[in-house]
Amino acid sequence: MATETLTLGKALNVGLRRALENDPKVVIMGEDVGKLGGVFRITDGLQKDFGDQRVIDTPLAESGIIGTAVGLAIRGYRPVCEIQFDGFVYPAYDQIVSQVAKMHYRSRGKLNIPMVIRIPFGGGIGAVEHHSESPEAYFAHTAGLKVVSCASPQDAYVMIQQAIASDDPIVFLEPKRRYWEKGQVDLDAPLSQAYPLHAARVARAGSDVTLLAYGPMVRTCLDAATAAAEDGRNLEVIDLRTLSPLDLGVVYESVRRTGRAVVVHEAPGNLGMGAEIAARITEECFYSLESPVLRVTGFDTPYPAARVEEEYLPDLDRVLDAVDRSFGW
Amino acid sequence: MAKGDPGGPTRGRRAAPRSRKATTGDPELVQLLTPEGERIESVTGPDGTEYRVDFTDEEYRGLYRDLVLVRKLDAEATALQRQGELGIWASLLGQEAAQVGSGRALRTQDMAFPTYREHGVLYCRGIDPIMPLGLFRGVDQGGWDPNEFKFNMYTIVIGAQTLHATGYAMGVAMDGKTGTDDGEAVIAYFGDGATSQGDVNEAFVWAGVFNSPLVFFCQNNQYAISEPLERQTRIPLYRRAAGFGFPGIRVDGNDVLATYAVTRHALDNARHGQGPSLIEAYTYRMGAHTTSDDPTRYRIASEVEAWQAKDPIARMKAFLDREKIADADFFTEVDEQARREAVDLRERVLAMPNPEPVTMFDHVYPNGSPLLDEQRAQFSRYFESFEGSAH
Repeated sequence: MATETLTLGKALNVGLRRALENDPKVVIMGEDVGKLGGVFRITDGLQKDFGDQRVIDTPLAESGIIGTAVGLAIRGYRPVCEIQFDGFVYPAYDQIVSQVAKMHYRSRGKLNIPMVIRIPFGGGIGAVEHHSESPEAYFAHTAGLKVVSCASPQDAYVMIQQAIASDDPIVFLEPKRRYWEKGQVDLDAPLSQAYPLHAARVARAGSDVTLLAYGPMVRTCLDAATAAAEDGRNLEVIDLRTLSPLDLGVVYESVRRTGRAVVVHEAPGNLGMGAEIAARITEECFYSLESPVLRVTGFDTPYPAARVEEEYLPDLDRVLDAVDRSFGW
Repeated sequence: MAKGDPGGPTRGRRAAPRSRKATTGDPELVQLLTPEGERIESVTGPDGTEYRVDFTDEEYRGLYRDLVLVRKLDAEATALQRQGELGIWASLLGQEAAQVGSGRALRTQDMAFPTYREHGVLYCRGIDPIMPLGLFRGVDQGGWDPNEFKFNMYTIVIGAQTLHATGYAMGVAMDGKTGTDDGEAVIAYFGDGATSQGDVNEAFVWAGVFNSPLVFFCQNNQYAISEPLERQTRIPLYRRAAGFGFPGIRVDGNDVLATYAVTRHALDNARHGQGPSLIEAYTYRMGAHTTSDDPTRYRIASEVEAWQAKDPIARMKAFLDREKIADADFFTEVDEQARREAVDLRERVLAMPNPEPVTMFDHVYPNGSPLLDEQRAQFSRYFESFEGSAH
């Protein structure tokens, strides 16, 4: 078994390479994805090996990237679009929401748009404005789109390939602050036997409180669970992985055991993913709950200046504070 | 359906009476048939291209038949809307020549990306005119496979389809389907209002940069709902192409022959790998924007009357009559066919069933969704709980 230690970014790169190798219809397109290999080097070396017809440097216009990708998909291609930063996706919002999401429905199932829209998302890298946002709720709210996020190198490698192989249009959110974190990746495990794309997974088993997170906050919750263990609290961490559709079976099972749940995300709390998750847990697990479902989120401000982002972002202490509040109910 | 090619063999074909370089009135407008029905044999465009058509009498009569049928079916749809059988209708009245000329210029392998008004192009692609009426009746939202008909679903968001056409054309080039006589070309339809959209300008950038086999076909019908052309541009629209690095040309959009010649030339350039171009078909929307609109609030009767004198069908009829290409029996027979097809369309629209409510949950995702499965099941239980409900 070829298991290698890779960063999350490199795991995505190898996954994209596999997808290009396995299907001649896969094309990668975006700003700076070719010669430069992307501003985060996620597509590093791919244009050199697959040519500029498979890895396409596009003009600088996000609506154009997604709109032309729709046409390529109608033609039979499987476009993988890179949006350079979360805050730059909005010019493409109309094409994503009004076109990509609705084509299959409008055609009564006769047309597929098998597109992946990769977006590095979230904060924590000390960036200037528009480079640290968490737009997942906009997309998860849109029927016709599926939304996933990876949290580990192994998942990054597998999930990007699963997303490209899927006929559904998928917004693929990459936790940019975790691009450089390393982990073991099994490069040989067949995709067909991999853990399903649209399924949540227990990242750390526990019994006292259920922590729910995705993308960059999974690592934060795992760290919180490690710290809590020193205080004798046994926290379960669930990596949601799929935000649309949510896979809440494993969540309900967990909350019925623990009686407590805390949802953690970087995005603002108001009408964020946590609101939906809390509502669904309440509907399904009402009699098991020992306290209300709590949320630890970014605040309902614009993403703040970099020198205060550590106070804006949920961290280990804020997660543990919520755990304390859950027990104090 | 195939029409004669410009510059093809001349046996059995009718020579037009005269040839000249400039056209009547506006020197920037390619015209092969004057509003009075006089033929101009050929016109040399600003880049030296000679535009001409060389149709047989049968082909001339075919174009006339198309124009009349398309107008009649459109009028029938307007009537259906007025009687409450369609929710809304976007009439093409006045734009028949722009649509028939460009639609007949397409070759079988070419792909079209319409807005929501290209009923005439759809007809010329050999597609049953009932196909888009589900959208306007409100029983579906398109519902066809673009690849089956080489005709994309209607696009209501202004200009969005020009990017789809560009991407599709990039795919044509990537597939190696350009550079030969049987290469593929793509046509993107849009209006004067859409030229203000970012997507259209991005499509121009992309198509130029990637040298895509694409014809941008702008029907300048002078109004974007109520807003006149002056609210969209301060230069003639076709001249915008120069700034994007490809040719632009203006054609008399009420002249089916000139529209055919110009579009065929642009499509053939595209299929031979010579890249994109922009055609501005200068025409006029004789009716309302849609059946929800009242054009008397924003334009004066004399303007409409002036355009009435440039009617695309009247000039073709005058030409056929003058040149004795068609007689009274022919015109009667075409009218009769149009009447029959309109009646048939009406009957089939009235017979369109409403969809079962539960079908709203279908085809949201190719691979389905457990959330939707749950909602579908809940809705079905709820819906069926109404005793005697008529479903």
